[in-house]
Amino acid sequence: MPRFRQTSEILKLMERKDNIRNIGIIAHIDHGKTTLTDSLLAEAGLLSPKLAGEARALDYLEEEQKRGITIKTANISLLHEYGGEPYVVNLIDTPGHVDFTGKVTRALRAIDGCVVVVDAVEEVMVQTETVTRQALAERVRPVLFINKVDRLIRELRLTLDEIQSKLVRIIRDFNSLIDLYGEPDVKDDWKVDLTKGSVAFGSALHRWGFTLEIAQRRGLRFKDVINAYQGEGWESLKEVVPLHVAILDMVVKHLPNPVKAQRHRLPKVWTGDLDSEIGRAMERCDDNGPTIMCITMAQVDPHAGLVATGRLFSGSVREGDQVYLVNARKDYRVQQVSMYMGAFREVVDRIVAGNITALLGLDLARAGETLVDASHKDVMVPFERIKYVSEPVITIAIEPKHPRDLPKLVDIMHRLSIEDPNLVTTIDKETGEYLLSGMGELHLEIACKFLQDYGGGLEIVTSKPLVVYRESVQGRGVIAMAKSPNKHNRFWVQVEPLEEKVVSMIESGKIAEEMGRRRVGEILREECDWPVDEARNVWSIEEHKNVFIDLTKGVQYLHEAKDMAISGFRWACKAGVFCEEPLRGVKVKLMDAQLHEDPVHRGPAQIMPAIRRAIFGSFLTAKPALLEPIYRIGVSVPAQWLGDVMSLITRRRGRIVSSEPKGPLTMVDGYIPVAETFGLSSEMRSATSGRAFWQCTFDHWEKAPENVALEVIKSIRERKGLPLELPRPERFIDEA
Amino acid sequence: MGELTFIGLGLFDEGGISIRGLKEMRKADSIFIELYTSLMPGLSINRLKLMAKKEITIVSREILEEGSGRPLLEAAKAGKAVLLVPGDPLIATTHVALLVQAKRMGLRTRIIHGASIVSAAMGLSGLHNYKFGRSVTIPFPDGGFLSETPYVVIEGNKRLGLHTLCFLDIRVDERRYMTIYDGLRILMELERRKGRAVITMDSLVVGIARAGSDDPVVKAGFLEDVLSYDFGGPPHTLIFPGDLHFTEAEALAVLAGAPKSIMRSIK
Ligand SMILES: Nc1nc2c(ncn2[C@@H]2O[C@H](COP(=O)(O)OP(=O)(O)O)[C@@H](O)[C@H]2O)c(=O)[nH]1
Repeated sequence: MPRFRQTSEILKLMERKDNIRNIGIIAHIDHGKTTLTDSLLAEAGLLSPKLAGEARALDYLEEEQKRGITIKTANISLLHEYGGEPYVVNLIDTPGHVDFTGKVTRALRAIDGCVVVVDAVEEVMVQTETVTRQALAERVRPVLFINKVDRLIRELRLTLDEIQSKLVRIIRDFNSLIDLYGEPDVKDDWKVDLTKGSVAFGSALHRWGFTLEIAQRRGLRFKDVINAYQGEGWESLKEVVPLHVAILDMVVKHLPNPVKAQRHRLPKVWTGDLDSEIGRAMERCDDNGPTIMCITMAQVDPHAGLVATGRLFSGSVREGDQVYLVNARKDYRVQQVSMYMGAFREVVDRIVAGNITALLGLDLARAGETLVDASHKDVMVPFERIKYVSEPVITIAIEPKHPRDLPKLVDIMHRLSIEDPNLVTTIDKETGEYLLSGMGELHLEIACKFLQDYGGGLEIVTSKPLVVYRESVQGRGVIAMAKSPNKHNRFWVQVEPLEEKVVSMIESGKIAEEMGRRRVGEILREECDWPVDEARNVWSIEEHKNVFIDLTKGVQYLHEAKDMAISGFRWACKAGVFCEEPLRGVKVKLMDAQLHEDPVHRGPAQIMPAIRRAIFGSFLTAKPALLEPIYRIGVSVPAQWLGDVMSLITRRRGRIVSSEPKGPLTMVDGYIPVAETFGLSSEMRSATSGRAFWQCTFDHWEKAPENVALEVIKSIRERKGLPLELPRPERFIDEA
Repeated sequence: MGELTFIGLGLFDEGGISIRGLKEMRKADSIFIELYTSLMPGLSINRLKLMAKKEITIVSREILEEGSGRPLLEAAKAGKAVLLVPGDPLIATTHVALLVQAKRMGLRTRIIHGASIVSAAMGLSGLHNYKFGRSVTIPFPDGGFLSETPYVVIEGNKRLGLHTLCFLDIRVDERRYMTIYDGLRILMELERRKGRAVITMDSLVVGIARAGSDDPVVKAGFLEDVLSYDFGGPPHTLIFPGDLHFTEAEALAVLAGAPKSIMRSIK
């Protein structure tokens, strides 16, 4: 039954930080996260008497279940009594599939502990490993729930011994993950342990579960469970050992409260100075400190507008507060503050540090954003710069089936890209197409499903997915000179590969144009050994990881042409010379320039194309290469189909890195070009009779083999209506 | 041997072409015209065709610039080609490259001059052409690219006591012509940014509209007054006088309605 409480009572509880837990549930897909979440909400979800009158919560739940979609809420608050004390447990949504890796990390910022769900039949799988590793890296402490124990008994018909040894193996495997990825100072303490009550078994579907402690208290033996399933008695298990009690007992007992957690986690999740006023306030989870919030989810509510949910690390927040969004660089006034009651938002006056809150009125807030009170805006270091390591590598074009639905589609696509920053929506100005780019086929499939759901059954037509490529160089090109169209300006440009290290520093946001030329220069000189003149003169750092450097000396009027030259550079980077795909990892050096004295003869229409041509000219002489996106692929499959899986991957230009037996399954780890994964799903299914589970995540860009590259370039040029013939450098290089 | 002749069309309309130019045009095997470097509001291609008794091909900026004038050079290789250019052909410097290219190809090249806005504006103002410093164009600040060169050029000339002739940007292909008002506003914005008191409300300014037409307008005065003066249609040109010789001051007062107080600028 839901817990009925007055809002005021909960607010009081939220000030007692010992009684708060902020957690997430993480699991390999299909291991039972949704089922567990539903049961926790139904049995322990908070409900205000006002709402209960309308009995909305349960209706809502039923409705969602009928439609078969996951409850899509940023947070669910639960109430649990343990040792005579009430506890508020905030369950923050952590997306399940790795296509949403960016989202997972962001949600992890807000939680201090997690319940890892492992399917007893399938055991620890690829994704269990991925998400557990991520959690440990963020110092999020885990407890373990082994789910679907009913299947071991009813379907697999294992004996007690067999069940026990399987469970022991799962615990051991899980602990070896902690051993592998946990931090040395905590990992021994964090390992889960039956005897300490940090492992529970059960069935989320049948809503029972227990820890060893509970079993002893209740006088329940494993044998009794098996017996119960042999008759009809299993239905009463949920009364004897209700699942939510087992889970929430573990959570309260083993996972840290916000004060304890912030002290431990802050150095990991925040890169600012711990000794600063802000750092100390967050470390203490201080209600009286500056207001600091990490936003973990932004959703568009049709009635309320943008709802930004996140965790307060310090201070408090009230309606009317003046706040600042660090990444959006914008001041706001908070229009409404609410807390979560169950899955619903309830408007309140004030929320204090360590808690989860939802704010209205911050229309540019996105997941990953940092909010700070206006008086501290100049000193706040954000939790995360909006830079994603995972890049959208697949694109589809979308159109409504009925042209009249176009405005609706545009609106929903916009909302979608707000909620999921890893989705990129663009309008192709030339073709008028609406393009949606994401991290994988599944990611886009889910996005399209949302489009339809949000649009109340909006019918859409999608194109076949296209892979996104990059153009790069592998050597140093000639110093290419190009004249402006009017022939009155000349630029000498040389391109060469940008060091991997610099590329990854741009990716991680360690260097960025906004930091200013001096700071960027210092970092490049000190950490990347760049020569002084190059480091000091970085004009532009471009989003596709290209850099533009000015190496000219005393060129007259160049300061006026600088911004135009940078625009020309960005133009070239956005659409390269091979097939108008973006450049990546290219260092462009402006070696010299000669400009006309009159500004009208050196306007943007002259400078931009000249720079772009010079870049293209040098690019084509610099061992140019096409880069294709590569997935890391993990497959778990029963040993008998191992050979089929391996040959399937290698046939598709993939390579196997390792294969390791794990119980009855073998885990295959490897790489495969994104372009080769279309249709992989059905082939994999038929090759393994549907017994393989696999997942792909974008891993890196890699030079495509020459013959593949030529084919791809040709087909992209054809698609984009470019002449099929690859241009030659002479077309872009002028004679002095 | 092939030949390429540049013929200046002079100002405002086709009546500005010289008799020599007209003769050459009639002798040509092929005639091209370029209309993007400046605006000739009264020009009629049809009348020009009648005068030439031949077809005239309009060549775009793309062909002359990006295409390096290839069709022209081809025609010149085959026979006698003519390129008609508003004003004086090589004063709008964009065509020098074409001339050099033709010469390199071994073509015979000739120039038949026309009146230029440079001499027309200087003449209309009554200022001594000996005392003009560098000239400069004020470009439209498109895409936020605001050039400070005009400001710097005027400042430099002034320091030496020299006049500055300012051309105002013309985008024939976009049908945009900068007015004296626009030009002054841009300079005032530059003054706001630079703050070196080069362009002030009491700077002496000469505005010239439609030089070479039947109804040219010349108005000299303080910036404040010129800003609100109605010059009528394009094209417009601006002059920032430097130190004045007494004959120049007199001319500005009598020919261009400058206030008496400009006499104090006499040096
Ligand atoms: N037999 C059994 N099935 C379960 C149990 N928990 C979940 N399932 C089923 O497993 C499937 C996947 O569960 P779901 O909660 O959607 O997994 P998620 O992908 O981790 O959210 C669903 O068909 C559930 O009904 C369980 O304890 N026992």
